[in-house]
Amino acid sequence: MQFMLLFSRQGKLRLQKWYVPLSDKEKKKITRELVQTVLARKPKMCSFLEWRDLKIVYKRYASLYFCCAIEDQDNELITLEIIHRYVELLDKYFGSVCELDIIFNFEKAYFILDEFLLGGEAQETSKKNVLKAIEQADLLQEDAKEAETPRSVLEEIGLT
Amino acid sequence: MPAVSKGDGMRGLAVFISDIRNCKSKEAEIKRINKELANIRSKFKGDKALDGYSKKKYVCKLLFIFLLGHDIDFGHMEAVNLLSSNKYTEKQIGYLFISVLVNSNSELIRLINNAIKNDLSSRNPTFMCLALHCIANVGSREMAEAFAGEIPRILVAGDTMDSVKQSAALCLLRLYKTSPDLVLMGEWTSRVVHLLNDQHMGVVTAAISLITCLSQKNPDEFKTCVSLAVSRLSRIVSSASTDLQDYTYYFVPAPWLSCKLLRLLQCYPPPEDGAVKGRLVECLETILNKAQEPPKSKKVQHSNAKNAILFEAISLIIHYDSEPNLLVRACNQLGQFLQHRETNLRYLALESMCTLASSEFSHEAVKTHIETVINALKTERDVSVRQRAADLLYAMCDRSNAKQIVAEMLSYLETADYSIREEMVLKVAILAEKYAVDYSWYVDTILNLIRIAGDYVSEEVWYRVIQIVINRDDVQGYAAKTVFEALQAPACHENMVKVGGYILGEFGNLIAGDPRSSPLVQFNLLHSKFHLCSVPTRALLLSAYIKFINLFPETKSTIQEVLRSDSQIRNSDVELQQRAVEYLKLSSIASTDVLATVLEEMPPFPERESSILAKLKKKKGPGAVSVNELEEGKREGGELNGGGERGGDSSAISTPSPSADLLGLRAGPPVTAAAPSAGSLLVDVFSEAGSGSLASYFQFVCKNNGVLFENQLLQIGIKSEYRQNLGRMYLFYGNKTSVQFVTFTTTLNVQAKPVEPLIEGGAQVQQVINIECLTDFSDAPLLNIKFRYGGALQNLTLKLPVTINKFFQPTEMASHDFFQRWKQLSLPQQEAQKIFKANHAMDTEVLKAKLLGLGMALLENVDPNPENFVCAGVIQTKAQQVGSLLRLEPNAQAQMYRLTVRSSKDTVSKRLCELLAEQF
Repeated sequence: MQFMLLFSRQGKLRLQKWYVPLSDKEKKKITRELVQTVLARKPKMCSFLEWRDLKIVYKRYASLYFCCAIEDQDNELITLEIIHRYVELLDKYFGSVCELDIIFNFEKAYFILDEFLLGGEAQETSKKNVLKAIEQADLLQEDAKEAETPRSVLEEIGLT
Repeated sequence: MPAVSKGDGMRGLAVFISDIRNCKSKEAEIKRINKELANIRSKFKGDKALDGYSKKKYVCKLLFIFLLGHDIDFGHMEAVNLLSSNKYTEKQIGYLFISVLVNSNSELIRLINNAIKNDLSSRNPTFMCLALHCIANVGSREMAEAFAGEIPRILVAGDTMDSVKQSAALCLLRLYKTSPDLVLMGEWTSRVVHLLNDQHMGVVTAAISLITCLSQKNPDEFKTCVSLAVSRLSRIVSSASTDLQDYTYYFVPAPWLSCKLLRLLQCYPPPEDGAVKGRLVECLETILNKAQEPPKSKKVQHSNAKNAILFEAISLIIHYDSEPNLLVRACNQLGQFLQHRETNLRYLALESMCTLASSEFSHEAVKTHIETVINALKTERDVSVRQRAADLLYAMCDRSNAKQIVAEMLSYLETADYSIREEMVLKVAILAEKYAVDYSWYVDTILNLIRIAGDYVSEEVWYRVIQIVINRDDVQGYAAKTVFEALQAPACHENMVKVGGYILGEFGNLIAGDPRSSPLVQFNLLHSKFHLCSVPTRALLLSAYIKFINLFPETKSTIQEVLRSDSQIRNSDVELQQRAVEYLKLSSIASTDVLATVLEEMPPFPERESSILAKLKKKKGPGAVSVNELEEGKREGGELNGGGERGGDSSAISTPSPSADLLGLRAGPPVTAAAPSAGSLLVDVFSEAGSGSLASYFQFVCKNNGVLFENQLLQIGIKSEYRQNLGRMYLFYGNKTSVQFVTFTTTLNVQAKPVEPLIEGGAQVQQVINIECLTDFSDAPLLNIKFRYGGALQNLTLKLPVTINKFFQPTEMASHDFFQRWKQLSLPQQEAQKIFKANHAMDTEVLKAKLLGLGMALLENVDPNPENFVCAGVIQTKAQQVGSLLRLEPNAQAQMYRLTVRSSKDTVSKRLCELLAEQF
């Protein structure tokens, strides 16, 4: 896989993961082009399209589009299920995931993705194993939090 | 306030994100961001040391701002500081920031690498994974330099945790992709391959991606993976859906791993070991059988996962292209999918069938689905699916169904999407020409094409129809009649007027006997269109008019009047004015004989490769030229080869003289018809001075004529011609002295006609050698020459410059097809590569000329880098055709070249690479 993009029906990019080195300018151009192309497609159309020399595999979940770019010899259907498994992981972790979860916890969405896919290839396809890794990390955070000194009042009401 | 926050929720961050979301305009958002950036900057610069939590929070905010699409030029140092925090959560955010916003600042890279090094050696698996993820996400060369040596050790060490192994495998894959020279598996190879046997399915899933990539590049070292992959696959395929616990996905056991195993096997030819092969065939059959079983779940995930494996299995079957039974079963399965209610499956089935159509075993089976595919072209609602259907029709087209397919494509054109019309027009034009048995059908098709989609008919298409009509006198009368009828339409496309003008100007006489198309009627019809046409068309019509004066003297006065009118003779366009003036003058002063000579019927065009194919190749459209363009060559080549005789010798060279003329090899001057590319390079024999004694054998790789050998006594010149798998070579032995050579004999290690035993002083004798290429070869035939010169025996052995590339037929193809072919030839042994220093100046034109001389088609606009050259051709031997692709990448700065050759036969790739490395 060369990259994965998550964007909303309004065309707002929610997550971007690039597995090939590209300049920021190039990334923005690709994103613009693809968001436009995919949003223009009708619901019953097929989930695959040819784009430049890549194959685009996309699927819409509620208000979010998940869109992957794969190479010529890669398998479209299994990529579609990569997307689905990622959605399942998000869903399980956040408990009925919605777009807001991904906006406010974008860093978590990245961490989960890194456990699932690395360098554009599946690292661990077992839902249990991926979530175990993330939950372990969360536990480490909890421990760390308890040890911290109380934060200022200003911080608590979110003014810093 | 957002209700969503999980884990350690940074409150300040959540508030900031909320604020941004509440911004009513882009300006408000930018204002809010600038305020935040100023705040963070002041915090980072402030005197008070920030605690880890605040640092983490601010770094996270910066990351969020960056991901919104704004530039971030600070905070990198703070992120790097977080890496060395011993709090997991801070470290994690630090790594995330680095992964997303890596900066090539060398100072920072050193610090980042230090932190990574510490984490890698921490023996804390969670920290190790974080560090490996960071390397995999960044994948820079600096990181490869620092860690490429360490990671393989972590990957295979017995005490490494499974999760770390998984990260290490994919981390290494990423580094290998960026810096293959730095990732050396060496001693680790066999242990890495054996990860395929690992008990942990996750480890196998991660490792196989690495192994697949390494196998593509170093097939020999990794070939033991084939039997391991087969046995792993077999275990998965035969397992019950619950055996693999969490690796079962919607009742499908390990779909990701299965697909990857099947993909890995596509890096290799079919297993040689009978038992392994048997087991694999069994797996493939099981997968095909499962497709027929009722689904275990109604969920689309179940069928997607199952079919993902099925399509990958079919790809493997097509890749092997050796099991007719499996190929036909695959085709039947895809045939079922063609009518599936899932659009995705229909799309993939059409795509996959395109490749099946090029296999000789399944071509016929694919053809049986023609009605379904035509129906798809007519009824699919998604244009990308219709496009696939059009591609498949093009791929399955042959002589038997061409009329039907062309008719369907034409009717589709009437309503086709504008985006694909031009490509469709080219495809129709190519199929019509390629499979035209009777040329009246061809003419009808092209005229229909102009009628239906005139705007999309490029010049190449109408030039081509005229070339063909001019060259074939059996169709000229029909063509004249048909264009005449087509021009009757009240509104007809300008391209139709062009074709009509040209053809009636040449062959209007053939229909002039009918009073309904008498000369004047023809002229008036053409002239009624004149005023609606553009300048170039008008110019063409004026030429048609003067031709009319020659064909039909009775039209002379009418036409002269037209030419004499102010709108012609004083036309503001210089070209039109000049034509009118000149034609008028010519028709008034020249005698009938002179006029007849000047305006004689056009001579036949030299037979050359269709310019439309060249045009299609330029168009960067999906499936522009069918993938089986090479295969086509195969079938047609096969018929032509029939006449050849096998020589008694096992060598590649023999002398099949009787059939030579049949194949159109003329004994006269150099042929230009067969290979247009070579034509321009055919130079006068002896025009290039051989540089003294042993002229290099390699010098003849890219040219056919020249001096093979020269010394004080003797000069040997060569002139040669090749066509298909046959060649003829003329050797000229020139005596440079004034004394006779006596008992002059030549022996070839194959049979050749004897040469004149006597060569007079200053004279030249000629010897002809007929060549047939039976199979591919590397060694050149040896020519031994003996003669007496003034009593002294002279003995000379030369390599005859007959090289495998002489039997190339150039193959034109479009970028898309080139790369598809290229990928199909992905077996490691099919590729040969050489990197070498330039021996000559790196002049583009010289390089082009050499590559053309090689005999392959030089493909323009295929390689994304315009500096590079790519070529395609098929080597014709009696035994088989060997498709070859070549890519030459010059590096002007380093004065180096990289040459890559891929052929369907390994010995050919290797030989071509050796031959060519000496040329540049």
